[in-house]
Amino acid sequence: MKRRLLLLVPLLIFAVLVVFLYRGLSHDPSARASAKLADRFPAFDLATLDDPDRRLDRSLLEGGDDSEGEVTLVNVWGEWCPVCKKEMPQLQTLADRGVRLVGVDYKDTRDKGHEFLETYGDPFDVSLFDPKGSLGFDLGVYGAPESFIVDGDGFIRYHHTGYITPDDVEQVILPEIAKWR
Amino acid sequence: MAVTRLLGLARPLVLLAMLLLTTAAQAAIDVQSFDDPALAQRFEALSGRLRCPKCQNESIGASNSPIAGDMRARVAAMLRDGASDAEIEGAMVERFGDYALYDPRFEARTWLLWGLPFGLVVIGGGIVALFVVRRRRAGPQTLSAQERRHLDGLIARHNARDDEPGQADDPGRDA
Repeated sequence: MKRRLLLLVPLLIFAVLVVFLYRGLSHDPSARASAKLADRFPAFDLATLDDPDRRLDRSLLEGGDDSEGEVTLVNVWGEWCPVCKKEMPQLQTLADRGVRLVGVDYKDTRDKGHEFLETYGDPFDVSLFDPKGSLGFDLGVYGAPESFIVDGDGFIRYHHTGYITPDDVEQVILPEIAKWR
Repeated sequence: MAVTRLLGLARPLVLLAMLLLTTAAQAAIDVQSFDDPALAQRFEALSGRLRCPKCQNESIGASNSPIAGDMRARVAAMLRDGASDAEIEGAMVERFGDYALYDPRFEARTWLLWGLPFGLVVIGGGIVALFVVRRRRAGPQTLSAQERRHLDGLIARHNARDDEPGQADDPGRDA
């Protein structure tokens, strides 16, 4: 009897393997946890898109003069990024709902950046100009658009890679922001 | 026959050509240059160990994507600043997560991943050892009196059959 049961061991191992591999099939390989969650927003020293002489650092997100502990959505965009254009209406919705937005014009030129905001609207409190992608790199950005929800103390609480769909606004972004307010 | 022989000779040459082609493609991407050949060597190794976060399965040394280029530039800059390999890998993991490393680091979360193959070898070896020891312990088996008589009978019958010429190999005889 004991011998008979031992014969079932390979079958069991096989069954476990099947379940494990089957789960892998429905798993999106590009979806993975961000390394930056619960980290302080990386330090930066960048000019704004509007004014090359106005330099900002991360106190912008850490309850400085006008943010006062406000939850902020930092959106990384670029004129070269077609999906960013499709994302602008959703960002406008968020701004209309009272969310503070900070843009990062990533690997772009000033002219192109201005052109983009003139064409698709400007929902941002301010846009940082990151032509070399240095802030983007420190944020672990590997494509645009990407969005970060930063709490009032300047810690990253949520990282959205890729396009924010109209459904995401209500179902993901707003609840996440509410969580950290 | 001669053709297959020729193909057999050609195969290593084809393989060699393929290898040379792949290195040429890699070299085309790389624009980092180092004064110190040791640094260049470490750069090559790190480029192969770090995974491009935008790609499905490409090292930053093999990928053309912009982020892979940024990462190569950062690796090169850190190397020139005297950073260790571990520091560079750490900086990449800090930004892009464990995904950035082809070989996950050994830590509390990954001990099973690294340990399992060794664990399986130990378990398998243990099972084999158990069988061997058991068999040794059992020693040579002796026959009971009845078994001995049975065996003697079989041998006697076999010998008797061999003595009959021309019929020893007839398989139909016993049936």
